[in-house]
Amino acid sequence: MFKRWLRNSTVATALLLAPLPAFAQDAPKQGGEIVITYKDDIATLDPAIGYDWVNWSMIKSLFSRLMDYTPGTTELVPSLAESYEVAPDGLTYSFKLRKGAKFTNGREIVAADVKYSIERAVDPKTQGPGAGFFGAIKGFDDLTGGKTTALEGIEAPDASTVVFHLSRPDATFLHVLAVNFASVVPKEAVEAAAGDFGKKPVGSGTFILRDWTVGQSLTFERNPDYFIKDMPRIDKFTVEVGQEPLVALLRLQKGEVDIAGDGIPPAKFLEIKNSPEGAEIIVDGQQLHTGYLTLNTKVKPFDDVKVRQAVNMAINKERITRILNGRATSANQPLPPLMPGYDKGFTGYAFDVEKAKALLAEAGHPDGFETILYSTNTDPQPRIAQAIQQDLAAVGIKAEVRALAQANVIAAGGTEGEAPMIWSGGMAWIADFPDPSNFYGPILGCSGAVQGGWNWSWYCNEDLDARAVAADSMSDPAKAAERQAAWGKIFTDIMADAPWVPVTNERRVVAKSPRMGGAGEIYVDPTRVINYDAIYVKQ
Amino acid sequence: MRAVKAMVRQPAALFGLIVVALVVFLAVAAPLIAPYSPDEQMFDGLTLEGAPLPPSAQFLLGTDTLGRDLFSRLLYGARTSLVIGLVANGIAVAIGLLIGILSGYMRGIVGGALMRFTDLMMAFPALLLAIVLAALLRPSLWIVAMVIALVNWVQVARIVYTETRGLVERDFILAERSLGAGHGRILFHHILPHLVPTAIVWGTLGIATTVLLEATLSFLGIGVQPPTPSWGNIIFESQSYFQAAPWLVFIPGAVILLTALSFNLVGDALRDILDPTQRGRG
Amino acid sequence: MVFLLLRRLVQTALILLGVAVITFLLLYALPADPARMIAGRSATAQTVANIRRELGLDQPLLAQFWNYLQGLFQGDLGRSYAQKTDVGALIAARLPATLILMAAGIAVEVVLGVFLGVLAAVRRGGFVDRFVMMASFVGVSAPQFVAALLLLYVFAVTLAWFPMSGFGTPAHVVLPALTLGVLGAGWYARMVRSAMIDVLNQDYVRTARAKGLSSARIVFRHALPNALLPIIAMIGIDIGQFMSGVVVVEAVYGWPGIGQLAWQAIQQVDIPIIMGVTLVSALAIVLGNLIADILAPLVDPRIRAR
Repeated sequence: MFKRWLRNSTVATALLLAPLPAFAQDAPKQGGEIVITYKDDIATLDPAIGYDWVNWSMIKSLFSRLMDYTPGTTELVPSLAESYEVAPDGLTYSFKLRKGAKFTNGREIVAADVKYSIERAVDPKTQGPGAGFFGAIKGFDDLTGGKTTALEGIEAPDASTVVFHLSRPDATFLHVLAVNFASVVPKEAVEAAAGDFGKKPVGSGTFILRDWTVGQSLTFERNPDYFIKDMPRIDKFTVEVGQEPLVALLRLQKGEVDIAGDGIPPAKFLEIKNSPEGAEIIVDGQQLHTGYLTLNTKVKPFDDVKVRQAVNMAINKERITRILNGRATSANQPLPPLMPGYDKGFTGYAFDVEKAKALLAEAGHPDGFETILYSTNTDPQPRIAQAIQQDLAAVGIKAEVRALAQANVIAAGGTEGEAPMIWSGGMAWIADFPDPSNFYGPILGCSGAVQGGWNWSWYCNEDLDARAVAADSMSDPAKAAERQAAWGKIFTDIMADAPWVPVTNERRVVAKSPRMGGAGEIYVDPTRVINYDAIYVKQ
Repeated sequence: MRAVKAMVRQPAALFGLIVVALVVFLAVAAPLIAPYSPDEQMFDGLTLEGAPLPPSAQFLLGTDTLGRDLFSRLLYGARTSLVIGLVANGIAVAIGLLIGILSGYMRGIVGGALMRFTDLMMAFPALLLAIVLAALLRPSLWIVAMVIALVNWVQVARIVYTETRGLVERDFILAERSLGAGHGRILFHHILPHLVPTAIVWGTLGIATTVLLEATLSFLGIGVQPPTPSWGNIIFESQSYFQAAPWLVFIPGAVILLTALSFNLVGDALRDILDPTQRGRG
Repeated sequence: MVFLLLRRLVQTALILLGVAVITFLLLYALPADPARMIAGRSATAQTVANIRRELGLDQPLLAQFWNYLQGLFQGDLGRSYAQKTDVGALIAARLPATLILMAAGIAVEVVLGVFLGVLAAVRRGGFVDRFVMMASFVGVSAPQFVAALLLLYVFAVTLAWFPMSGFGTPAHVVLPALTLGVLGAGWYARMVRSAMIDVLNQDYVRTARAKGLSSARIVFRHALPNALLPIIAMIGIDIGQFMSGVVVVEAVYGWPGIGQLAWQAIQQVDIPIIMGVTLVSALAIVLGNLIADILAPLVDPRIRAR
């Protein structure tokens, strides 16, 4: 998930909540209107295109998909599908659609709509970022290559049945059908919008977009015909954009705003935490996020594993979490603690300046060396880069900080031999769905170590790649635990080669007004940030 | 010397002169005065929760969000801001003079083309241009100075152009010309000396503008690279703390204001002294 | 007159063309790839290549620029890469907010500037005069973003007289307009002062005063009109300053104008939006100068004669 978590390091999508706040026990109420603020304007609400953490949750609520998650959890459940079957070879998935489910334009949803929607997401003409998710569907290459305009692997034998034929087993396929790109859209509305579907979305989700004043606000109203009873809880929510997180918080304290969508900036965190109403306002949840420092294995002297290990020992992660006002914990492996497959017993590299120096000397750099550290230029990332810079200086490594616009950092990372070190803050990997595989391919696998890729360490280990493919072929639900363990081992084995310094696992801190009810998990939902379907107003 | 004497007699100009001198002194003597290294992130410079410390006996102006001494950073920041002010503005005035004189003196295609180019640059929204340039070139102290110069020369060019046009029509130049003086002689012996006051005035006033623009670029995150302190990036790194730690924003803000103000006062006084006909003009 | 106007219009068009060429070249040279920004991290190389092709980014520079120009001549500013919608519509939706802010800011500048300038001129040499002169310099020396934060802190957070952020009611415009206007008013005050002093020193005014005409009458009938022309010229030139100022002020106050649109677009390398905003801003600046030039003769008969 990508693109606009620029301003706030703490904003991330997939999250899980650790402690259950006291308000979790309230019984959900029906009705009420609330106000939510964001800094950035909403780019688009087209499910085939939208791919940033702000519109992600809105698209989730505007549209429905075959599969979805139980609010606040990572548990997959059928949604628009009534039931599904997976063939024993893992290559055929058949879904029965829910009867009577309708688009908000009044038309009943049929199987052909599902086929059309996914083909639309894959079609190069759509210019969507999500095509790659559907790579396992038969005929994918023909469609992206421009040879056909349809996916041969999706069939609609009757109005309520959809069958997917895969070209290879994909243990994450049900998750794929729950990502936004698999949202079902009505063809006639897409065509009527004439290229402006992102501003005039029509779906079958819990909410309907009623009004959109560009650059100011969006109004969403409850969809009275939604196919699940008592969903959503609130009648209406208004999203106000262009609001500085700090200003949004001040307004929230005054009662003008119900949810400050960008979270609490570090500057205000301590003040609010220590204020009397703090406990009621703050929702502090762990998320599936790892902040890391990439060490470019194709740039000297980081081609030497000893140097990479030395850097791993040189970074004082405790101090960085202190700069983040304790809203993060130190990381020691790529996977975040709440991700299935995380190895609790793994300790990684401990902070040890002397040992780091010794390793550097062993690698032939007793006096250190000079290098460059890239970072994005939005607060607090340049500050963290400077903290890392100071730690590196302590072992003799003189790193010049380059704090650039996000796009420039991404370009440098994807150019071979360009960026020796990148602090990932503001661009850190956040899972598209809660599965460890999603943390590997593009950022640590060989497929990402290409021009324009996201594997900024340029780390490519064919052996691990083969193990990853093997793990992802275990699509039999009975083998889930075995698959998880296999994945966990891949990530801890990576650390022997130390292509990254896993630095922090940041928690997400959201602010909500005291009148908002519901467990913390639905404000920091692991699959959609704020779960607009489940939140409710207390009185 | 005459100018300095005249300035001492005006309280506002005197004030400006003293502040400018003080800022220059502090910048030059920063290593001697600064109690800490400007880049040292001190363990006891933050609370245990990671909040910056307010002004105290140990940290005169408090600490920033990385636990560095704000006073030391401001001192070293003065170096950055002054260097950028002098270099960027020096280049801007030089480009402005060159293009202004050439377009004012030369008739025909070259002069016209130069003036059209100046018009073109005037039409650019300055900050947008600076942002795009800063994104294009990797920001470092010198690049930031270049970017500011590339944005700021236009105004100087316009003024020099107008003045040169005025001079060219004047009798003594026409006389020189009729006597067969070469272009070089006219330009260097007659026109350029008359433009010196303008150059000095703009060289001073422009520093204020430049310091402000550098601060604005840094405020947007595209200024001088960390950890080199500049007044602008000190504020940038702390802007969200303006309520929790107001000293981090408003002390550097006041320093920028005071410095820009002083350069403006000195520049204005210089204009009055060097060119009485311009007296009082904005 | 008509010929002059036509000439200026042609010049304006050429300047805009020049702005388009330079901006396009600069953006083309940016070390960032819009296709990759759109595609995100999960995208395969194939997806990125497809997006690049669909956006026409795989074509040579000249072809790309020609396509853009063709659209421009038909009034089409292209489509946003990230938002997949017409840039013209996006700008049109946000331009009114920026124009309101600019108009309010200029109003504050002119009213405050004229008031202070008249005051200083009438009390020339006195305490008021010196105070105004000094204050005008303080205003133009203040960093805009610090002033914006300060006003926000004092009047919206602490005193709660005005809303902190947003758009829609007259109360919302007060603080952003003050930020833009108060700082710039200094230039106007100084200009009005000097223009008025020129007149107050002239013989006919002295005569009028000797005849016993009231001060107010002298100021408003004789002296102030003399300052109108420079004020108008200044407003025209000021538009350029404002176009830069709105980026900062809109960001601090959450004002839904084109400044915020541009800033967001720059972060995302959304080239069509950056191009569009630059061109619209350039148009505003050029028009500002043009209007200043055209209005000038109507105000002062001496200029019309020239």
